[in-house]
Amino acid sequence: MAKREYSYYPGCSSQKGASSSNLMKSVDTMCEELDIQLNEIPDWNCCSASIGYASGSELPRLTLSARNIALSEEHNKNQEIVATCAACWLATKEAAERLKEDESMFAEANQALAEAGLKLQNTTPIKHMAEVIVEDIGIDSIKEGVKKPLEGIKIAGYVGCQTNRPFGIAGESFENPMYLDNLIEAVGADAIPTYEKKVQCCGGALAFSEPEKSQEMIKGIIEAAYDNEADMIATPCPLCQANVEIYQDQINEKYNTKFNIPVVYYSQLIAVAYGRSASDAALDGQLIAAKQLEDVAKK
Amino acid sequence: MSELNKAMIEQYRNSFLSEVEANVEEGEWVKMCMQCGVCSGSCPLGKHWAHPPQEIFMMIRAGKREEVLTSDSMWMCTSCYNCIVRCPRQLPITHIMHGLATYAKKLGLTPKNQPTAKFAEIFWNNMMKKGRVNELKLGLSLYFKDGFGPGIKEALRNKDLGMKMMKAKRMAAGEFFGGHGVKDVSGLQKMIKKAQELEDARMKKFDEPEASQDG
Repeated sequence: MAKREYSYYPGCSSQKGASSSNLMKSVDTMCEELDIQLNEIPDWNCCSASIGYASGSELPRLTLSARNIALSEEHNKNQEIVATCAACWLATKEAAERLKEDESMFAEANQALAEAGLKLQNTTPIKHMAEVIVEDIGIDSIKEGVKKPLEGIKIAGYVGCQTNRPFGIAGESFENPMYLDNLIEAVGADAIPTYEKKVQCCGGALAFSEPEKSQEMIKGIIEAAYDNEADMIATPCPLCQANVEIYQDQINEKYNTKFNIPVVYYSQLIAVAYGRSASDAALDGQLIAAKQLEDVAKK
Repeated sequence: MSELNKAMIEQYRNSFLSEVEANVEEGEWVKMCMQCGVCSGSCPLGKHWAHPPQEIFMMIRAGKREEVLTSDSMWMCTSCYNCIVRCPRQLPITHIMHGLATYAKKLGLTPKNQPTAKFAEIFWNNMMKKGRVNELKLGLSLYFKDGFGPGIKEALRNKDLGMKMMKAKRMAAGEFFGGHGVKDVSGLQKMIKKAQELEDARMKKFDEPEASQDG
């Protein structure tokens, strides 16, 4: 595979000791295998996700993302920006689009950026890592590199919200995207294309502020995975992963269920299928161990 | 009542729609709503909205300023973007709901103790300190948002989860002291201050021509 290079925006949760450090590590491993070089945007900042809006109004929020794009344009010239977090990708891409549409807002964002000695060109494409996998590399090429197919593992592909809407992956439907199922099949596992909760909301940031309302939705996401006889759930989104994995005990307590289903990242599936160790795939970052993946990694 | 709220009532007293168009993010789209209700039916937390988006749009046009801006409704938005992709007229509904929430908060009209409004503020302040979110402190401030007693209770309730996260190296006690952040914190803070000033000036600009016509 030809070497590819991108300007990398990991985001706050993909840092050492943060909630999706297992995404960060498995993405690093996956990129080694796929010959992708990620050049981190120097001094990147938080995008304020989709919850900062109460205190951060439109221009301050857009300016936060503009700073990251400007830093990328200055230091990682002519490289497309790639984000692994759904909210980071969405906020950055949304800011880029809005500042393209609105010239006066673009001018004001640059006035604000000047305070930090930066200038936005806003000519850089903003991609999600899933787009890199599906569009730049291609699922067929992913399949060719598989050394240890994940045979006999049934996986519910949970795409979630923000990786899928409002931008999503070109050519995929918002209501029933298939790329994650295709990827699951490509690494040798069994997909569940009719997993009906594949784009159901987990509550996002409201899992923190409205836990009961959100956990009711998370319960539905897990229940449907069990109903479809899934062994585990796989997702591209760090908040989906955390919300669906870590509250299973609290949901069990409240609803008298016995949920204990692993929730992993697509990058962990690829890392294991490409023959890397459990540690390289960050399987030690699971709260609910993905035993079947550990077994394949040990083989 | 906040001064800004008083000034805005005075200025737009007969047209809440004009006020929303001028001051709310993407507010100029509100008049395009055709009342089909797809947004309301698509919202994952729909049943918890006192007034779902379609109703909010109608209420804005009917001039129900107080009811809309003091409503708990837009704080139910999870930012799932279902409504945006399904709207037949492609209204940026998610952003309008965020915009209404932002505007209500700016005017001091948010319901007391609205948990998402509180969390959103905690999140923003946390992030602005060092330019990146400190997840450990975010969690702790959330537990203690209603005071010390409930905070201890909430922290104990989530103790097992916290321990598991630390064991999986997805939470770090060291974050309490310093933690992740950008190098150019002062540049970032100056930049945001400037952006805020520019936006406030933009809102004030609407005062002049319109106010003289109305008055």
